[in-house]
Amino acid sequence: MTTKPVLLESREISKSFGSFLANDGINFNILEGEIHGLLGENGAGKSTFVKMVYGLLEPSNGTFYWNGKKIIIARPQEARNFGIGMVFQHFTLFPTLTVIENIQLALNDYFATHELRDTINKKSAEFGITVDPDIYIRDLSVGEQQRVEILRCLLQNPKLLIMDEPTSVLTPQESEQLFSVLKKLSKTGCSILFISHKLKEIKKITQRATILRRGCVVSTVETADVSTEQLAKMMVGSNPQNVKPKTAKKSGDILVRISGLNRPADNPFATALDNISLNVKAGEIKGIAGIAGNGQSELMEVLSGEWRSTENIDVFNVLGTDIRNYSPHKRRQLGVGFLPEERHGHSAVINMKLTENTLLTNHNNPVIQRNNIVKNENLEKLTTNIVDKYDVRTPFQNPHASSLSGGNLQKFVVGREIIKKPKVFFVAQPTWGVDIGATKSIRNSLIDLANDGCGIIVISQDLEELFELADNICVLFRGKLSDSKPLQELNSEKIGMLMGGEDLYSESQGH
Amino acid sequence: MIDALVLTILMTSVPLILAATGELVVERSGVLNLGLEGMMLMGAVSAFALTYISGSLLVGLLAGIISGCLTAAIFGFFVLGLATNQVATGLALTIFGTGLSGLIGSDFVGKAIEGLPTLFPETFSNLPIIGVFFALDAVAYLSLFIVFLVWIFLFKSKYGLILRACGISHNSAHSLGYKVLTVRWCSILFGGMMAGLGGAYLPLMLTPHWSEGMTSGRGWIALALVVFASWMPSRIIYGAILFGAITIMQLAGQARGWTIPPQFLSSLPYIATIFVLVLISSKGTAKYLAPSDLTRPFISSK
Repeated sequence: MTTKPVLLESREISKSFGSFLANDGINFNILEGEIHGLLGENGAGKSTFVKMVYGLLEPSNGTFYWNGKKIIIARPQEARNFGIGMVFQHFTLFPTLTVIENIQLALNDYFATHELRDTINKKSAEFGITVDPDIYIRDLSVGEQQRVEILRCLLQNPKLLIMDEPTSVLTPQESEQLFSVLKKLSKTGCSILFISHKLKEIKKITQRATILRRGCVVSTVETADVSTEQLAKMMVGSNPQNVKPKTAKKSGDILVRISGLNRPADNPFATALDNISLNVKAGEIKGIAGIAGNGQSELMEVLSGEWRSTENIDVFNVLGTDIRNYSPHKRRQLGVGFLPEERHGHSAVINMKLTENTLLTNHNNPVIQRNNIVKNENLEKLTTNIVDKYDVRTPFQNPHASSLSGGNLQKFVVGREIIKKPKVFFVAQPTWGVDIGATKSIRNSLIDLANDGCGIIVISQDLEELFELADNICVLFRGKLSDSKPLQELNSEKIGMLMGGEDLYSESQGH
Repeated sequence: MIDALVLTILMTSVPLILAATGELVVERSGVLNLGLEGMMLMGAVSAFALTYISGSLLVGLLAGIISGCLTAAIFGFFVLGLATNQVATGLALTIFGTGLSGLIGSDFVGKAIEGLPTLFPETFSNLPIIGVFFALDAVAYLSLFIVFLVWIFLFKSKYGLILRACGISHNSAHSLGYKVLTVRWCSILFGGMMAGLGGAYLPLMLTPHWSEGMTSGRGWIALALVVFASWMPSRIIYGAILFGAITIMQLAGQARGWTIPPQFLSSLPYIATIFVLVLISSKGTAKYLAPSDLTRPFISSK
């Protein structure tokens, strides 16, 4: 394998943003036809590095070599001229343009529409990626959108394809399809740089992997020679802390009872919720799996009370009280905690200080406020408590929420809710974009809460998370919620099928 | 009589078509320039002043285009260079343009010039029924041609596709390697030129003299027109004629002593725009029509 020639090499590549060193002397090479993994936690500098390879960022220092020759990649157009294609983590598609227009935008040479249509059909047949060239991107699922991104790169006959966290938006089955496309592509001689923080994937499809930590290369390994545990250790720098066991007795008291929940879609991008029923017992963590865009945000709005209706919901009881008409504020007074997915602007106001953000969900606490006058001293004390207890790292005392990193802000907003000891807690994507260490501590605090008898609903796209946390899991697909199944009866393959819309039970009846 | 009325309606719609077409391109690239009224006034006063001084209508028209472009450049400097709020900057530009044009134009109030001649000889315009369509000046026909060119550019050329892409998602466009700010600069300057030309049409053709604030809200009507046309160039023509007709009805009505209050008539274009907005959003397609990154400032990190 090492006899293959080197396609791209980087020597001492560094990138700094102000005083922050995002990449520090990266030495790296990728061989022709190789699938090479780039592994690291959030913020390890993976995206920064590949953005330099694709000409989106300019290195502060160091050089790239392409087939042994020194090159400067100043713009993405130049990268594409070399034969470098990139599939971004956050897609660079234009929802209100058609597939064909989106592809035209990424090609350096302009093709007439009808010519391009033929080329697209040919390429998509060759790699088994089917997509209708004349459909609008907004009408495609996330998996299909990714196929458009890939197709767009393939049309340029790339020599190097960069894939930034491609599986984070896919079902397990869709990931398998992606892997087979990538393998097919690498057989044609194309090199693939595969970025991920999922160890199993790296093990599964790459030949070699380079591990980054805090902007530095830790090591480059032959993936067949190392275990996932060794990879994890290199990535995190220490053995990650394990998640605590759940000890709560399932008392059988049903804390949350929802049935006959129908919510019509209120805009063309929304998903209608279709006859959802759901019960949560004391001490239970109910996991709701599903790919984003299948009704998660709509469901979360119903749970938090941002969307209310007595006509479209038959039953919504919490602790025996009918809360169908309760505002978020009244729900909080009842002992309900909730945390929407988007921390910037939804669960936290980023231009406000941490104390002010604390006040926003704690203002009915008599310790914080009496006769509508805020007691600043107690508010500061509570904020400091949250910061200390949930290990929120702040650059200085009481900063604005915007100056916290994503992971730290998430720890803060989770802590802010949990410290109130809610009796019922609804949370969406509790560890989205959070590094491994913080993820474990957030999950542990959710388990502590359940052990104290709180009923919890966790909406998450991260199956690993649900397997660690949940007692029972159901899947949201196109606004329908599958029956709740105990964790022991499920594996990722079964959930994956439900996430892709296959009903396990009607399927088995058919046979 | 009817002919005269139709002719006036057509001529009233010309500046609306020009300014709205420019603004449509600007908005398609993701920038909202509320300074249309200011740019039109700057175009109007420069065109009148230079025509009066030089005696040449062509010099006047060019002056209108250039001063509209320069006024737009001030806007571009703030919203693109300094990433200021587009709404506030646009409003400031209108106030600035109104004031400055009044100052420049104070010496020219009450002076008269010869307006633009009709393009075709009188034998054509004397034809029954269709004659009125040959009674217009060169700029009027040019405005229709520009709408056609803009349509070709936006929907049939690669650069038009790039421009639309910048308006839909500037981050995606940037990731693909397009220079969002350059694209927006070009569209803002084009928008300024169109507004300047539209403004110039007023003192050179519609009323061959200069008076302060002579656009009397046409910039705002043109802005409404872009929304009314749901960002499609061809619809600007219908909308402009409709809005032009409403404006003329208001004047004609006053002359004939109609009992409909003129204030109601002058509010009709805005009511029509709100009606269109309600109509397209009730179909649930409003979000698809408007450029999704409209008014969002783009800040690149390199």
